[in-house]
Amino acid sequence: MSSGRDRTAPLFWLLFAGGGTASAMLLPVMVAITGIAVPAGWIGEDDLAALLRNPITRIVLVGLVFLFLFHWAHRFRYALVDLGLGWLGKQAWLFYGLAIAGTIVAGLTALRL
Amino acid sequence: MTKELHRPLPRSWWLRKATYFQFMIRELTSLAVLAYTGLMIWALLSSSSDAADFPEFFDFLTGPLSVWLHMIVLALALFHTGTWIALTPKVLVLWRDDERVEPDVIAGANATLFLVISGAVWWLVMG
Repeated sequence: MSSGRDRTAPLFWLLFAGGGTASAMLLPVMVAITGIAVPAGWIGEDDLAALLRNPITRIVLVGLVFLFLFHWAHRFRYALVDLGLGWLGKQAWLFYGLAIAGTIVAGLTALRL
Repeated sequence: MTKELHRPLPRSWWLRKATYFQFMIRELTSLAVLAYTGLMIWALLSSSSDAADFPEFFDFLTGPLSVWLHMIVLALALFHTGTWIALTPKVLVLWRDDERVEPDVIAGANATLFLVISGAVWWLVMG
C-alpha cells in the first residue's frame, strides 16, 4: 500500500455496523428462546431439532454467525486497546482470523443436514 | 528529535466515572455476542445429520448453568440494543424537505422495529 493507509478499515467498520445492527435487533429474542422458552418447556427437544434442521434456519444462522463474529472482533479489539492491552488488540489478523474460521466452521456444518 | 509527551493512563480509568463504566460495558457486550455465537455454532454442529449429540445440547440448554449464562447474555444484549438504538440518530441523519428529522423519531422508529422483529421471530419459532 503506497499511501500507508489501511484500505481494509472501511470494510471492517461496515461488518462491525452490520453485525451490531443484526445483534441489536435479533439477539435478545434469540436469547429469550434458548434461555427462557426452552428451559421452561415451551419448546420441546424434537421441535428445537426440527427448527435447527430447517435449511432456512441454517442459512440464517450462518449469516448471523458471520456478522456477529466480525462485530465482536472489531469492537473487542478496540476495547482491549482502551483497557491498556493494545499489544493484543493490535493483532488484527488474530481477531478477524477467528471470525473467518468460525464462519467457515458454521458454514461447513450447516451444509451437513 | 522530539519526544512525544505521553501521560500514562491507569488501566482502571474506566472505573472512575459512571459514564466511563457504561462505555466499557457497552464495548464488552461484544463478549456476550461472541458467547452466543459459540452457542449458535454448537447448535448447528449438534443438529447435523451425522451428529448424535443433540440430546447433550438440549440437556445443556435446560440446565441451570445455561439459564444463568443466558440471563447474563440477555442483560448485556439488551444493553447493546438500547445503546445501539440510541446512537442511530447520530449515524442516520435524515432530511424531510429542509427540515432535519428529529433524532427521537429515528431512535423511536428503530425501537419499534426492534419490537416488531422480536415479536415476529418469537411468533415464527413458538407459533
